[in-house]
Amino acid sequence: MLIKIRKDNAILASEITDKSVYQDRRQFIKASGTLALAGAASLAGIGALSVSREARAGKKISGYKERAYVTDEPLTPIEDVTHYNNFYEFSTDKEGPAVMARAFNPHPWSIKVEGEVGKPGTYQLEDFIKPHTLEERIYRFRCVEAWSMVIPWVGIPLANVIKRFEPTSKAKYVEMVTLYDPQRMPGQQRAVLNWPYVEGLRIDEAMHPLTMLAVGLYGEELPNQNGAPLRLVVPWKYGFKNIKSIVTLRFTAQEPKNTWQVTNAREYGFYANVNPEVDHPRWSQARERRIGEFLKRKTVMFNGYADEVAGLYAGMNLHKFF
Amino acid sequence: MRRILQTNALPKAIVFVLCLVPLGLLLWDGWHGQLGANPIEKIMRRTGDWVLYFLLLTLTMTPLRKTSAWRWPLRYRRLLGLFAFFYVILHFLNYLVLDQFFAWDEIVKDIVKRPYITVGFTALLLLIPLAVTSTDNMMRRLGRDWKKLHSLVYIIGVLAILHYLWLVKADNRTPLIYGALLLLLLLFRTPWFDRLWKLRRFQAGGQTVADRRL
Repeated sequence: MLIKIRKDNAILASEITDKSVYQDRRQFIKASGTLALAGAASLAGIGALSVSREARAGKKISGYKERAYVTDEPLTPIEDVTHYNNFYEFSTDKEGPAVMARAFNPHPWSIKVEGEVGKPGTYQLEDFIKPHTLEERIYRFRCVEAWSMVIPWVGIPLANVIKRFEPTSKAKYVEMVTLYDPQRMPGQQRAVLNWPYVEGLRIDEAMHPLTMLAVGLYGEELPNQNGAPLRLVVPWKYGFKNIKSIVTLRFTAQEPKNTWQVTNAREYGFYANVNPEVDHPRWSQARERRIGEFLKRKTVMFNGYADEVAGLYAGMNLHKFF
Repeated sequence: MRRILQTNALPKAIVFVLCLVPLGLLLWDGWHGQLGANPIEKIMRRTGDWVLYFLLLTLTMTPLRKTSAWRWPLRYRRLLGLFAFFYVILHFLNYLVLDQFFAWDEIVKDIVKRPYITVGFTALLLLIPLAVTSTDNMMRRLGRDWKKLHSLVYIIGVLAILHYLWLVKADNRTPLIYGALLLLLLLFRTPWFDRLWKLRRFQAGGQTVADRRL
């Protein structure tokens, strides 16, 4: 018979904190806090239930201007908006980011403003947003993979932010960079893309009133898998232009090299305007599947925002500058 | 009962039912609304995955027979190959009916212009004669030509991997893993491998003789 003698200092397998518990400790602390708060609240006789539900559903954003820009098309259900994501920093699977980003904590968060700009510096997210009024904008979202959604974003026009930092006359482009932190963004542990993710806009595109920085959707703070805590939304461009989890805003004289263009310049350009006449080399862009619909619908030039944005590209060959 | 076992009817029936499980799970998930935000894409992926699994499984049977004492692998080769065909038909029907809804002009354009669809469609076409000639009767009638015809499956395997590899945007890890598996299975069929295998068996045999002497 084998008798195992336990050394005094030996650690039992049962004593080792489970990895998932250890990784979720922040959530655990938060949840215990919520629980304690809920307990106290119920003792005090005030709505304890709502506290725990909000902790699960994502924090509500208060005091934003509702329906500042709308469309009459039905919204894509929040369940689909938050569980069908391209966010390679967490997973290359559509359903992966919702799972892999669960432990990600986007607070505290700071944004570096640099380059051709009068007021460079590093700003805490709260200070970055505070001077502006949050508003809700319902935009169509068209992915380069030929599917689309209708999403109610909450955020601020990028133009207002840019004006505040006073770009110099040399600032012709705005380059944006996603957080690079392979520990917190496990997808970055593999060189699927050239990390960190970089995107950019021409300054007039960035200043266009439709272009926004989003901090939320469906009236709640951005879920991690949708690019918490701060992301770009440019509704007339393909989804990959809408860079997530932004940490840097850089004003440049040169056209930035965006990540997908670096990955495959034949298939992805700098402009990436939604255009049914310019196919992706490997698939047609003439039609798209709106999530939740059965039949494909025709893709519209500039994703239906031509009246507002076509002027930005007057005289340009859009087959060349795709 | 014994006769059933001897004729392999029962194990074959079990394998047959097992091969239908992926379809069953797909239908179950569909019925319960568990196919996610884009069900048509999910069906495409799952049926496509199973075509590859069945192709690789089919191609594993001959090497398994060669390197083991088992006789059963060859008895399941045709069955598994036919299930690869079954799932590729579902894969194509999903494309034709649910994804494109008979938009013939788009479909023709896809097949002609999109390399990954061109190779995928070619693989599907090449599988048809193999499926048609998979009966005992056809096997007898074709004799030696049967084997020649069915070596088309090697090309089909390569086309299937290319189809997958050319459709992914950046993360080609999974298709490369399948590609490596296919390459390994094809290497098993080269004379080079046969020689290696004979050498190994010879050496192993030598050892047992030496053991006996002790």
